[in-house]
Amino acid sequence: MGSTGKLNSSSSELDLDRPNIEDYLPSGSSIQQEPHGKLRLRDLLDISPTLSEAAGAIVDDSFTRCFKSNPPEPWNWNVYLFPLWCFGVVVRYLVLFPARVLVLTIGWIIFLSSFIPVHFLLKGHDKWRKKIERFLVEIICSFFVASWTGVVKYHGPRPSIRPKQVFVANHTSMIDFIILEQMTAFAVIMQKHPGWVGLLQSTILESVGCIWFNRSEAKDREIVAKKLRDHVQGADNNPLLIFPEGTCVNNHYTVMFKKGAFELGCTVCPVAIKYNKIFVDAFWNSRKQSFTMHLLQLMTSWAVVCDVWYLEPQTLRPGETPIEFAERVRDIISVRAGLKKVPWDGYLKYSRPSPKHRERKQQNFADSVLRRLEEK
Amino acid sequence: MLTQYDIEEVQEHCNNLFSQHEIVSLYQRFCQLDRNAKGFIPADEFLSVPEYAMNPLSQRLLKMEDGLNFKDFVAFLSAFSAKASTNQKIEHFRTFSIKGFQIWLLDNSEICTVVYPTKCCMVYDSDSNGKVSLNDILEVLRDLSGAFMSAEQREEILSHVQQEAGYSKSSYLKLDDFIKVLGHSGLKMDVEVPVD
Repeated sequence: MGSTGKLNSSSSELDLDRPNIEDYLPSGSSIQQEPHGKLRLRDLLDISPTLSEAAGAIVDDSFTRCFKSNPPEPWNWNVYLFPLWCFGVVVRYLVLFPARVLVLTIGWIIFLSSFIPVHFLLKGHDKWRKKIERFLVEIICSFFVASWTGVVKYHGPRPSIRPKQVFVANHTSMIDFIILEQMTAFAVIMQKHPGWVGLLQSTILESVGCIWFNRSEAKDREIVAKKLRDHVQGADNNPLLIFPEGTCVNNHYTVMFKKGAFELGCTVCPVAIKYNKIFVDAFWNSRKQSFTMHLLQLMTSWAVVCDVWYLEPQTLRPGETPIEFAERVRDIISVRAGLKKVPWDGYLKYSRPSPKHRERKQQNFADSVLRRLEEK
Repeated sequence: MLTQYDIEEVQEHCNNLFSQHEIVSLYQRFCQLDRNAKGFIPADEFLSVPEYAMNPLSQRLLKMEDGLNFKDFVAFLSAFSAKASTNQKIEHFRTFSIKGFQIWLLDNSEICTVVYPTKCCMVYDSDSNGKVSLNDILEVLRDLSGAFMSAEQREEILSHVQQEAGYSKSSYLKLDDFIKVLGHSGLKMDVEVPVD
């Protein structure tokens, strides 16, 4: 995609949340050479730049691409590959899947039989209780990862747990959290889900200290920002893991990072996660699949293979705004994991773009025409 | 799934302005946008593409795009194909038709001098009667400039260019006028269809 965008951080820029989109869109659609000379009829009738931008967006656009899950090409289409594939299906569904369910059940039994007593009996001794609960959560996450035959390679020095530190990572599926949690018990900020996931969230994840948000609530941002600040100030709290994209993306692109994590005055430790698609496509398309179906899909595949890179902690540089900081960290993560950057806000999945972008185009057009009207 | 027969039918409908590979790619895109497999793309889906929603002409185009089946979808986009920007001559009479609104293209003219003006004309002509009134031009001007131009300024601009080009206040512009004004300007309107 285009060159690194320059950020318009002047206070006259109304839309402080995003960099200049024109820097990212393909060069053909950028504002063409300013027409000069007297205004003529053909300047009014010639709507070709705007029309071709609209048509370009219809034919292909960088936002939809972020959430496209490409189904793998069928390779089992001939006499000897098909029986092999059938055999593979039999092994996956009738051998691996029951074994994995067994492993997971054992894991849950061990976890619940330790967690419940510890939670109630050690009510008074909070420090010990927290330590043991943290350890138990790491254990159950390892069981989950084992149940998908997870092959996770961790790279880079694991950052030491210090106060005033947050971790940010790119987001492909809810399993990102489980994969990271098996190494270190993070506190995470998550959308509250319905069903059994919600139940797990309100019971077990409470013990590692999680923060809930609700996308549909308008005032939610300020409430969440306060909760984040309170959490990082607390010395005893588990390190906070944030997915600044705010939504699951298909592991080929990164969408804009929300600045909330970057204005807490803490060190930000970037974590990059890249899944190997040959074994399974770990992208959770929440519009197409429920989380249960997604887990079942993982448990009936061969393996979940991924790389996790712990990258060098970053701090806000003097003179840098939180948005620039967020973009800089997004750059670091995208380069490490081989992801392309797009200038869209992940929440556009759920809402329309603000009219400010259209207004900018309209303003440019109006200014250009009015200026030429003056030239007699 | 598209058979070769289907592809050829669509190709003919769009005046051969897309190659077969491009039609296959467009079909994948159509299926992606037609999320509920209804056979046409509802206006809502177009607006869910942020790049499209930010375009000032998006609402106007939606009137032409709403409820397009795949054949019409390709025909609609054919004005933006790479072939439409070449100097190839039009062979035999060809029509541009979308939702019953038809325009006949003239034999022996170069594609690029005719197709773009035709497309622009179709966008301006909001009531699809083949004539573009000055009010239509004012409306498109309002879409393009938004709140940054007052109604008086728009009127002023329109009368200025009108006088200059020699049209009176009550004239209508037809396709021929569009071709005359825009035809030989070397407009480039093509859009790249990603072919895997």
